[in-house]
Amino acid sequence: MQKEAAIREPLILGHKTYHDVTEDVCRPIEDKAPKMWYILFSIALIIGLYGVGSICYLLGTGIGVWGLNKTIGWAWDITNFVWWVGIGHAGTLISAVLLLFRQKWRMAINRSAEAMTIFAVFMAGTFPLIHMGRLWVGYWVLPIPNHFGSLWVNFNSPLLWDVFAISTYLSVSLVFWYIGLIPDFATIRDRAKKPVAKRMYSILSFGWTGRAKHWNRFELVSLVLAGLATPLVFSVHSIVSFDFATSVIPGWHTTIFPPYFVAGAVFSGFAMVQTLLLVMRKAMNLEAYIHTKHVEYMNIVIMVTGSIVGTAYITELFISWYSGVEYEAYAFLNRATGPYWWAYWSMMTCNVISPQLMWIRKLRRSLLFTFFISIVVNIGMWFERYVIIVTSIHRDYIPAAWSMHYPSHIDIAVYIGTIGLFFTFFLLFARYFPVLALNEVKTILKGSGQSYKESPDYHKHH
Amino acid sequence: MSEKIIYAMYGDDEVLKSSAKKLVSNGVNITEVYSPFPIHGIDPIIGVKPTRLGIMAFLYGLTGLTLATIGMYYFMVVEWKMNIGGKPNFTYVENILAFIPISFEFTVLCAAHGMAITYLILNRTLPGMPAQNPDPRTTDDKFVMEIRMSENEKLSEDTLEALLKETGYEELEKKIVS
Repeated sequence: MQKEAAIREPLILGHKTYHDVTEDVCRPIEDKAPKMWYILFSIALIIGLYGVGSICYLLGTGIGVWGLNKTIGWAWDITNFVWWVGIGHAGTLISAVLLLFRQKWRMAINRSAEAMTIFAVFMAGTFPLIHMGRLWVGYWVLPIPNHFGSLWVNFNSPLLWDVFAISTYLSVSLVFWYIGLIPDFATIRDRAKKPVAKRMYSILSFGWTGRAKHWNRFELVSLVLAGLATPLVFSVHSIVSFDFATSVIPGWHTTIFPPYFVAGAVFSGFAMVQTLLLVMRKAMNLEAYIHTKHVEYMNIVIMVTGSIVGTAYITELFISWYSGVEYEAYAFLNRATGPYWWAYWSMMTCNVISPQLMWIRKLRRSLLFTFFISIVVNIGMWFERYVIIVTSIHRDYIPAAWSMHYPSHIDIAVYIGTIGLFFTFFLLFARYFPVLALNEVKTILKGSGQSYKESPDYHKHH
Repeated sequence: MSEKIIYAMYGDDEVLKSSAKKLVSNGVNITEVYSPFPIHGIDPIIGVKPTRLGIMAFLYGLTGLTLATIGMYYFMVVEWKMNIGGKPNFTYVENILAFIPISFEFTVLCAAHGMAITYLILNRTLPGMPAQNPDPRTTDDKFVMEIRMSENEKLSEDTLEALLKETGYEELEKKIVS
């Protein structure tokens, strides 16, 4: 058992025993779902199906149904892709980077944050695939021996790096998540009374028994996976930024992109975690495990990464002038004062100003305020990608080619649809999966639980 | 040949750990410990050796790196020197910068999946495997010590039981398996 300073706030409130932890996490799975769950699930599913329908229409008709034109060949589609990948950065960061730093507060949130990551990356992956227009030849992005002669994918292209980065990130996150889930599924299996549930969780838990040797391996596998996933998290969004940074488009051709994109991704990812968890802790009565302190920690991450993003925006602006390249300078002037000024200033307000409010302790510990800011940040980060992508290309070199982008209803439907699908998956997860890494939480109960920290023995023994 | 197994159940990880220490110092061989979460420090007491999965992960990673290098060398340098801006890939080394991202990703991919698969196979935890914990409560809040009589031939059953009694278990169960 690890001791910690008495001055640190306890991470688990109330007088919980090991059994209470099991009960608190398993009860929502074993009980009947509340009415609200069915309502939310139906809404999410309807929106998701609308999105699937729109994708089918798009595939049948071609990507001409989007509002793209000759000048603006990338718009909402890539914006949504980068937005979702960014959101997908918090989960693995929480479970991998915070594991390496031995941050115990991660244990209450890592499971659901990682589920969110996986679903967000699913949504992200949809966009490049449908952008091909011909989904059924999507496997052409892989280097597979073929009958076209010496035709291989281009390993010099950042778009191919993206294929490798995203698929590695998705599959490694999935494995990391599932390895942690196995012991928790075993707990549900051993409690299950209904035969169908017992059978299902028995299959899902892979026959986990909790032997000392298995736990020994489990801990090492978690540590090594965290070590592998940490550079992976940083590489994925760096590579996503290469899609732009290695081009020669003014506004994209920027060396600051990789760190700036990674910070932005973590920023938006944590915002989405806040949005989801603030609702989930209430709906599933997990207030003792995910409380103000956890929210405050995450708000600090939002504040730090938000400040990095703000600094990057201003650096970019400065360099565009300082470089003396008039195309570059124009691109940024046009962002702030051109026809898309509203998108630029929405981005600036949401991403630069709002996280600075977190310096005030009272605000960063306010759950309602946090929820509001998390939504603001999510909107702001969508605008960031929109500003980078659309405003940089809508003014071509020849004024005759200047253009504007107006989204078609399919653009909007596909985007809203992925949000619906994302929530459909997340609600299913919350209903059938242990939303808290319950067995990991038990390991910190004695070191960070309120009743133990307040007991007179806490600072005597061991 | 039938064998007698004793299961001693404890309600707390610290109690189990100190009991195990006491039993081992009295010459008892503890076959296995089942717990709902990892008990830190139990491994050296009951003689569980550190796992070598980390080495395996390194080897899988090395395999991935080698495969990625061979693959990209073949595709981009040998089979078809892709000509980009009049600069074909004549050697791998000169163009290595462009190959780093995929080398890294593929290394991580192979290391992570190789290790995860090895881990599942070594544990015999695979889809459809039956649960083998002696009591369903060991995945909730109970900690069970498994002692096999065949591994403790020097001790009589009565001495063992007396030793166990001192440790303050919550429940004791004896099983005869063939």
